[in-house]
Amino acid sequence: MESVLALRGLVLLRDSVEWEGRSLLKALIKKAALGGEQVHILGCEVSEEEFRAGFDSSINSRLVYYDLFRDPLNWAQTGEALPGGPLGALQAMCKRTDPGPVTVALDSLSWLLLRLPCAALCQALCAMSRQHACRGGGPAAEQLCVLGLLHRELHGPGPTGALSSLAQTEVTLGGTAGQASAHILCRRPRQRPPLETLWFSVLPDLSLDLQGGPPLESQPHPDPHTPQVEPASHLTFNLHLSKREREAKDSLTLPFQFSSEKQQALLRPGPGPATSRIFYEPDAFDDLDPEDPDGDLDV
Amino acid sequence: MPTQMAASLCITFSPSTSKGVSLTVARECGQLVFLEGLKSSVDVFFRAQAEPHPLQFLREANAENLQPLYEFVREALKPVDDGEAAWRCPVLLVDDLSVLLSLGMGAVAVLDFIHYCRATVCWERKGNIVALVHDSGDTEDEENNILLNGLSHQSHLILRAEGLPTGFCRDVHGQLRILWRTPSQPTTQRDRSLTYQYKIQDRSVSFFAKGMSPAVL
Repeated sequence: MESVLALRGLVLLRDSVEWEGRSLLKALIKKAALGGEQVHILGCEVSEEEFRAGFDSSINSRLVYYDLFRDPLNWAQTGEALPGGPLGALQAMCKRTDPGPVTVALDSLSWLLLRLPCAALCQALCAMSRQHACRGGGPAAEQLCVLGLLHRELHGPGPTGALSSLAQTEVTLGGTAGQASAHILCRRPRQRPPLETLWFSVLPDLSLDLQGGPPLESQPHPDPHTPQVEPASHLTFNLHLSKREREAKDSLTLPFQFSSEKQQALLRPGPGPATSRIFYEPDAFDDLDPEDPDGDLDV
Repeated sequence: MPTQMAASLCITFSPSTSKGVSLTVARECGQLVFLEGLKSSVDVFFRAQAEPHPLQFLREANAENLQPLYEFVREALKPVDDGEAAWRCPVLLVDDLSVLLSLGMGAVAVLDFIHYCRATVCWERKGNIVALVHDSGDTEDEENNILLNGLSHQSHLILRAEGLPTGFCRDVHGQLRILWRTPSQPTTQRDRSLTYQYKIQDRSVSFFAKGMSPAVL
């Protein structure tokens, strides 16, 4: 179960109004800090004091915080705003990570996505992993984890799909009866199933308490050792055509298909009497009245 | 559907919780700062302004943000007596944000305005903000949905007032769903939301559990 938390690459934490995701984000940050990783946080939605609340002093001292909450658009013009606006702040943060395992937390991706063009944001996220790889320390896929908090009601399918295509893992938060759940989708599964649901709670000290997935909620995943069964192997009807059957089918003229031959046949009057006739054999119960053929209809 | 044009801002300091608060007295002694949007908008159009008016966006064809309105809020919060605030713990009441959308502002501009108000009122001045937003239930109104959901994600407490699902009732005017979003005490057993029904009276509101209206007991 702990292997699920070994997240790398871009991880989307998709929360909702009912089930907020900031506490899970903070729990994952704490886990990364305790693991000795550098942790960089871009804080847009809440104040630095509010974000740091709950971390103990040893963890707080390890967090590198970029405050985009106080004056993100430089309205105060005090010179304290991060230069370059939101995009500049994101790009500057990418450049300041040292080689080695790094966790970057974006609180939130939704805030950035509402104010930046989607393409620019996606390019900045891709550049982040490239720049970190260039600085040495191994492939970025193993060294860099970007945790992006995304409020799923705020964005349309386009931007959400673009971010999903960049993400290695999507964690969709939900829950029932006061218990939070995380539906985890891994796009590059290695040793864990691609789809998993966990029930969890974030304790007051921001530790993560995983309770496993209830049987009714877990998604079935294919066992890699079982050979795939051909779905059409035991049908009672034939789905395929032999070569002879295909030729016969191709040469068949449909009854209502109007071709030049048919047109000529219709224009030329056929020799002899009409070839089609209708024969009617009345039943014993039929009561035919030649003067009132519809008498039995009672209309 | 015509929308009533009323965008009003109230900034009150330590408001009295007793019944019958006199807003006139509060305004005179500086406890209440009141910007009446409807009246004030007339000034924007018919009177020359030396400084940007809080509702300056009404005059601009492509107003990008509500910075003048935020500057008004920030100025109202500044201490006036010898550098010390005469009042503490400000409360900013905004009635209502959906009108700003109707007046042509984008949802992100309104969210930016509330963001800056939060930074000043909540973080700097340790106060609170109460904002009203309408939810018409129209899923095709993207701007209002972005505003509603964006504000919800910024909020620590959401009060959702709606009519009774069973229709009109003389003794029960609606129901209020309270959703806590502060993860300060995250426990699995904690109530995340409560629903009450209410009846609006002359100067107060009475709340009761569902089905427990005094009229039916």
